[in-house]
Amino acid sequence: MDWSATLHGLIGGVLIGLSATWLMATLGRIAGISGIIGTLITARPQGDSAWRLTFLLGLISGPVVLMLAGGDLGNVAGGSGEEIGEGIGGVIGKVIGEPAGGVVLMLVAGLLVGVGTGLGSGCTSGHGVCGLARLSPRSLVATLTFLAAAIITVYVVRHMIGGGA
Amino acid sequence: MKTLMGYIAGLIFGLGLGISGMTDPARVLGFLDVAGSWDPTLIFVLGGAVITTFIGYRLVLRRPNPMFGERFQLPTRRDLDGRLIGGAALFGIGWGLSGYCPGPAFASIAGLTLPLAALLVAMVAGWFLARAVPTRA
Repeated sequence: MDWSATLHGLIGGVLIGLSATWLMATLGRIAGISGIIGTLITARPQGDSAWRLTFLLGLISGPVVLMLAGGDLGNVAGGSGEEIGEGIGGVIGKVIGEPAGGVVLMLVAGLLVGVGTGLGSGCTSGHGVCGLARLSPRSLVATLTFLAAAIITVYVVRHMIGGGA
Repeated sequence: MKTLMGYIAGLIFGLGLGISGMTDPARVLGFLDVAGSWDPTLIFVLGGAVITTFIGYRLVLRRPNPMFGERFQLPTRRDLDGRLIGGAALFGIGWGLSGYCPGPAFASIAGLTLPLAALLVAMVAGWFLARAVPTRA
């Protein structure tokens, strides 16, 4: 077992939990990404959009901070991380991995993720993290469903069709 | 003040995704590939996040209201319906095809590639589509 990856995962997971706790403590909101950003883009609710936009900006700046900090703060599996610009002191950490497929596959996948999280009222963060932490039966069923669907999809693509992602 | 609190939450979330390796679709797909060389990282990310949030919510929800909001806005529904389960299944297929769920996809914008841009545009289109579907499914 790759203990470094495991430790990175655990630390990152705790940070995600702290973020969810922070958002509930300060604004009283669930830290569900598809809800926060989806509502921002599709509904732009009056007086309820600014924090969603700054949340999105924060979300994007997280990996940027890690890259600028350099070293191996990220946890990219294949070392195929994207490099951006010149980091502080010239050291750029690899944090963002590359997409595993081409444009057509990503268009199909993106549409499914959008429609699915829209209809299902949540994604990995809203149902998987916040919902499970609240012991919500809806979130438990949703999480088990999308995990099962994703595992079956990867099995079909990698072991039955071969190739692809 | 609300916007600053939102930014801090997003920043910590983005740091968590980056440190955990969830901004690398290869790690996510490695977890979902149970019949291949399985990468257990994601279970530690999810486990760490759920346990931290479970404890955090317990402490926070004791208070009468959030620091900068009128009330805690928590989902109240407990019923299961086709919209929830069908939506989760569609999301799972898209997640399995790409290795991206919405958080890592948006958090990876700094390393934007054409395939990632395509995924994000299609995801937003999907959100608009889902809104057009009548609630009574």
